[in-house]
Amino acid sequence: MTALLDIKNLHVSVGEREILKGVDLTINPGEVHAVMGPNGTGKSTLSYVLAGREGYDITDGTITFMGQDLLALEPHERACMGIFLAFQYPVEIPGVAGTTFLKTALNALRKYRGEGELDAMQFLKHVRAKAKALDISDEMLRRPLNVGFSGGEKKRNEVLQMAVLEPKLAVLDETDSGLDIDALKVVADGVNAMRSPERSMLIITHYQRLLDYIVPDHVHVLVAGRIVASGGKELAHELEAKGYAQYADAAAA
Amino acid sequence: MPSTPTRRQPERAMTAKTNATQPFADRLDAAAESLPGGGRPWLDRLRAEARAVYRETGLPGPKVEAWKYTNLNRLRRTGFAADAAPAAKVDTVPVGNALSIAAHQAVLVNGRFRPELSSLPEAGDGVEVMRFADALAREPSLLESRFGRIAPPAGMPLVALNTALATDGLVIRFRKGKTAEMPVHIVSIGAAAGEPVMFQPRLLVIVEEDAGGCILESHIGTGDGIYFSNGVAEIAVERGAMLRHYKLQNEHPSAFHLATAKAELAERAHYESFVLQVGGRLARNEIHAHIGGRRVECRLAGAYLLRGEQHVDNTTFIDHAAPESVSRELYKGVLDGTARGVFQGKILVRRDAQKTDGHQLNKALLLSRGAEIDSKPELEIYADDVKCSHGATAGELDDDALFYLQSRGIDEDTARGLLVDAFVGEAIEQIAHEASRTAFRQVVEGWLAEGRSKNQRDGDSEA
Repeated sequence: MTALLDIKNLHVSVGEREILKGVDLTINPGEVHAVMGPNGTGKSTLSYVLAGREGYDITDGTITFMGQDLLALEPHERACMGIFLAFQYPVEIPGVAGTTFLKTALNALRKYRGEGELDAMQFLKHVRAKAKALDISDEMLRRPLNVGFSGGEKKRNEVLQMAVLEPKLAVLDETDSGLDIDALKVVADGVNAMRSPERSMLIITHYQRLLDYIVPDHVHVLVAGRIVASGGKELAHELEAKGYAQYADAAAA
Repeated sequence: MPSTPTRRQPERAMTAKTNATQPFADRLDAAAESLPGGGRPWLDRLRAEARAVYRETGLPGPKVEAWKYTNLNRLRRTGFAADAAPAAKVDTVPVGNALSIAAHQAVLVNGRFRPELSSLPEAGDGVEVMRFADALAREPSLLESRFGRIAPPAGMPLVALNTALATDGLVIRFRKGKTAEMPVHIVSIGAAAGEPVMFQPRLLVIVEEDAGGCILESHIGTGDGIYFSNGVAEIAVERGAMLRHYKLQNEHPSAFHLATAKAELAERAHYESFVLQVGGRLARNEIHAHIGGRRVECRLAGAYLLRGEQHVDNTTFIDHAAPESVSRELYKGVLDGTARGVFQGKILVRRDAQKTDGHQLNKALLLSRGAEIDSKPELEIYADDVKCSHGATAGELDDDALFYLQSRGIDEDTARGLLVDAFVGEAIEQIAHEASRTAFRQVVEGWLAEGRSKNQRDGDSEA
């Protein structure tokens, strides 16, 4: 099987500081991977590097996505190829209506993929059912993007975008942060509904809690910029019981 | 506002120093002979005063506080032809640059009314449009009580220059108690080929008691020559009347555009102004609103979208001289290249203007390192029971927002366009008249598209 995403020996610095110190990670189509680790260990850096955010120096290593050199692509090209980052802190954008934003994004993707653009009616039809499943009203869709949304509304909106844009690889960065248990269930249901043999996910989280709802195939432990352990879903429970301290020595090595 | 001393004695220059170095001073006397309405004592006196004021002060220089940020040296250095008329070979209204809207249309070419290009309202439409000469002949008292009274030349050199040289103009009157359904659209076309030309558009608007209407202005250019439009608008909004006054400054990229609008707002008047400046090499739009009665509502909004080497100034002055009135100001600027924007906004609350509610805000978005904005908000308050505030911000596009949009598949240019559009949108939203709002939105979209295609070209040439 050809890997969907293949990260090899990835070294990333911000300014003088090296954050990722040789990360290897392979994700095959349909797999759900979780990367767990304490705060400040480089989890969000990994997600931003995948999405193509500026300000990160890739000092060594490669990332191959669908056989292509991902690092050579602009952020919007990565999105068009099928990478979706669900943000830990979705950005509020006053003056841009949610529907305008989502329609522009969807049509950009469709254009890139050689599909016809959707008109307003077709777009609404495409979005409404998905929005309803996530308990997102038309009124909320029309509002300026994320402006004044609660933490739960923002995360639901991220999942809606994911559902509408139908990525090949969804990267969920601390999607459970700031969610109460009810909101977490809605979000997890939304994500689970999208699991398919063609779609992979990379779930980045500090806590095991989210993984009770979105059950991963593989779990990796990221400590001090390196993956220090990998295993099945039982690894998450072990971490919950024992904490990250046991890996401190491995990371320092 | 300018505190330049001026003298009332007409023709003072004949006895004192003649400032021969002031541009345009040499043409004042010649023009005096040929202006319409000559021989009417009130008009002769007004023009004589205007000549004297202009001779005394000339074009304002950088030492004049109100002109600190807008330097007219480039204008001063440009030689203009004595007469603008011969340069004006315009047989049709150029499409694409003016606002696109269904309206009565009055077309001026180099400041002169062109009836064959215009379609004026008819009796029963609730609004009349007359050219100056006709209004002078038909209803001299109408002009005598207003013309040069709302915007007297004293202390205002550019108003003086206009008053001394204006050969034509429009009088628009909304009739008492009537609401005109269709807006009046003034299209002022600057047309120059070869030698630079200058002209003095003049406008007098009277909105009679309890009347209502909407005036749009499009200032555009044709041809490749340099021109200088020095416009003056006098506006009277009488008791209980409402005027929506929207202006597009989309002059030729080499043009000079200086304009002064003065509005007299009577009790319960409602005046709503919107100014979009996208054109011109050097432009300044100045609005003075005088609140002379209770419970007036005065809303000034605007946007300026600049690139290249443009210099564009918005200067406003709201004079609260009566109690219980509301004023609102919102201006938003987007500056790219090495463009420079100026916003000066003053709110004066006089001692008797208790319960004034005034708010002013200018926000600028700088898209490049070379762009610059100078904001000068001013509050001067002499009443003790008022609610007034002002603010000014300048910033860059939000990187987080930009990345968020890009991470969803939207390319950088489009993402920037969405964010700029959203930023400007807040000002455009202030336009209450829906069809006008749509027309202005189209201009903003055009400006953004122009930027995208420019980036595209730059990208191609780099490749």
